[in-house]
Amino acid sequence: MQKQSVFNSRWLPWLLIAPQMIVVLVFFYWPAAQAVRQSFLLQDAFGLSTAFVWFDNYKELLAEPDYFASVVRTFVFAAAIALSSLSLALLLAVMADKPLRGVSVYRTLLIWPYAVAPPVVGVLWIFMLNPSLGILAHGLRAIGIDWNPLLDGNQAALLIILASAWKQISYNFLFFLAGLQSIPKSVHEAAAIDGARPVRRFWTITFPLLTPTIFFLIVINVVYAFFDTFGIIDTMTRGGPAKATETLVYKVYSDGLLGGNLGSSAAQSVILMGIVIALTAIQFRFVERKVTY
Amino acid sequence: MANVVLRNVRKTYPGGVDAIKGVDFEVGDGQFCVLVGPSGCGKSTLLRMVAGLETITSGEIDIGGRVVNQVEPADRDIAMVFQNYALYPHMSVYNNMAYGLRNRGMAKPEIDKRVREAAQILEIGPMLDRKPKQLSGGQRQRVAMGRAIVRQPKVFLFDEPLSNLDAKLRIAMRVEIRKLQRRLSTTSIYVTHDQLEAMTLADILVVMNGGVVEQIGNPLDIYQKPATTFVASFIGAPPMNLTPFKPGEASIAVPGNTGGILGVRPEDLTLTTGTASDGGIRYDLTVEAIERVGAETFVYGSRNGAKEAAAVSSKPGELPPGEIIVRLPGQAAPAIGERIVAVAPRDKLHIFGADGRSRIEL
Repeated sequence: MQKQSVFNSRWLPWLLIAPQMIVVLVFFYWPAAQAVRQSFLLQDAFGLSTAFVWFDNYKELLAEPDYFASVVRTFVFAAAIALSSLSLALLLAVMADKPLRGVSVYRTLLIWPYAVAPPVVGVLWIFMLNPSLGILAHGLRAIGIDWNPLLDGNQAALLIILASAWKQISYNFLFFLAGLQSIPKSVHEAAAIDGARPVRRFWTITFPLLTPTIFFLIVINVVYAFFDTFGIIDTMTRGGPAKATETLVYKVYSDGLLGGNLGSSAAQSVILMGIVIALTAIQFRFVERKVTY
Repeated sequence: MANVVLRNVRKTYPGGVDAIKGVDFEVGDGQFCVLVGPSGCGKSTLLRMVAGLETITSGEIDIGGRVVNQVEPADRDIAMVFQNYALYPHMSVYNNMAYGLRNRGMAKPEIDKRVREAAQILEIGPMLDRKPKQLSGGQRQRVAMGRAIVRQPKVFLFDEPLSNLDAKLRIAMRVEIRKLQRRLSTTSIYVTHDQLEAMTLADILVVMNGGVVEQIGNPLDIYQKPATTFVASFIGAPPMNLTPFKPGEASIAVPGNTGGILGVRPEDLTLTTGTASDGGIRYDLTVEAIERVGAETFVYGSRNGAKEAAAVSSKPGELPPGEIIVRLPGQAAPAIGERIVAVAPRDKLHIFGADGRSRIEL
């Protein structure tokens, strides 16, 4: 079968990819270029005059201790979110891969949270863990934990990590389940006959064969933690208390849209873009070597 | 070294499907037992029950004097070769073979010795560092065998190990498996749907159909004296010609003068111009088709005016009603449409009861 299509017209191929190209150009390259341009500009407080300042925005930003705190915080969040959502999703997928009664119901229910929008996730967790309203917060206080994420920065951070990880579990679960099901049953059986107990079988057979899935999900989860947690942070803590949950993407928003410092905000988003591109490249360069396809 | 005994083994799946309906047989120490039957006859299920991959609904499976019904596959001291080889794709050939030994905590030098020994026997020495996907089908097959033999288990189990290979390689590997098994003299159970593999490999042949054993015995005994019409048509290629006959029908005197089914193998028929010798069978045929395979020729003929043949239902491996195959040595054959007469002497006939479940000795 011929996989490559041959077009007689010169223009038809361009026409066919045009919608996708336009979407990418308008919604990605154009704003990215705008951000780069903006990052070299400085506006006065009333937005009446704009000056081209070269790298002054970057210099100022990198001299700011707040910014480094936010970078560290973002990396910690990303690591915590990726690690917890990946490991929980893997655990659930391994459980749901077993031939159980009503397994399709479990699987469907486990996938559902993915359909919930991030701000809604935020609202759900707020209601559960709000110090004065939340049912879980009430329970925590009953067992002697002084739960108040509105005041305690670490608790607020924990809350964001929990909600973000929970949101991502479904997605990871789906891919892990597909990965598990692509491992032939006879390979597991051969390992069982070869004397490997279930736990050993998991670490020596299942886990190595899942590494392509795990690698893919690490990349996706890190990008998710860097960018897509914005909605959750905005609804739950708005970066607070005292910036304890202000990640890079939230700082872009609060400095630019709330603080009105468009130049700095643009510089931050350019750096953020650079960090994510670098991280993804590093993952492909180093982590992928350990993947067995 | 061990024998394997199955005592009234049954398997019922949840939902009430009876896959195995009571199977008894014994494989002696060092013997090569082949389970053969059409797909869905339960032979693979039975093998998986011996391996411990399927539960046993009732009955007992005994390996080396120990009932293993409740024993984990790992503790049954068996090794299995799967149809799709089931090699560990992320491990090198060496590690594929060493895996089972490492799991049992064997010392490194001993593992190394055994793996290299097996690799030498199977001629896969130069491939030890490769991954399975870098190997051809035949090489993978050898690695799967290697993984089984390094363990030096009590019993080898083979689940259609050759069916993914091309025809030529299949024959070569078949011979090698037999040689290997002789050399190691390890008790083996081998599942196949290929009657040729079954005939050539088996010390004991177990013919299965529909979850029951149709016949057990030495392959040649089974070939010469099939116990049922199923065995008669399944073992031997082309299959035995089976035609029903009514009580008192001419030329065959059956004890008790009942009706039944008459079987005659294609190679036992000869073309003639005369009549059958005393008590033999004679078929008047019109040639429908001819197959020349070189050393022999198969003549497919329809019986002249035979309508009663429709009484034999077309089961798997059976001929269409009314068709008779004659196997002739060499290449000479009648023309299509020609009327011929095929005869077989009385001592070459197989007579079965009308239901095909019993053999009647003449």
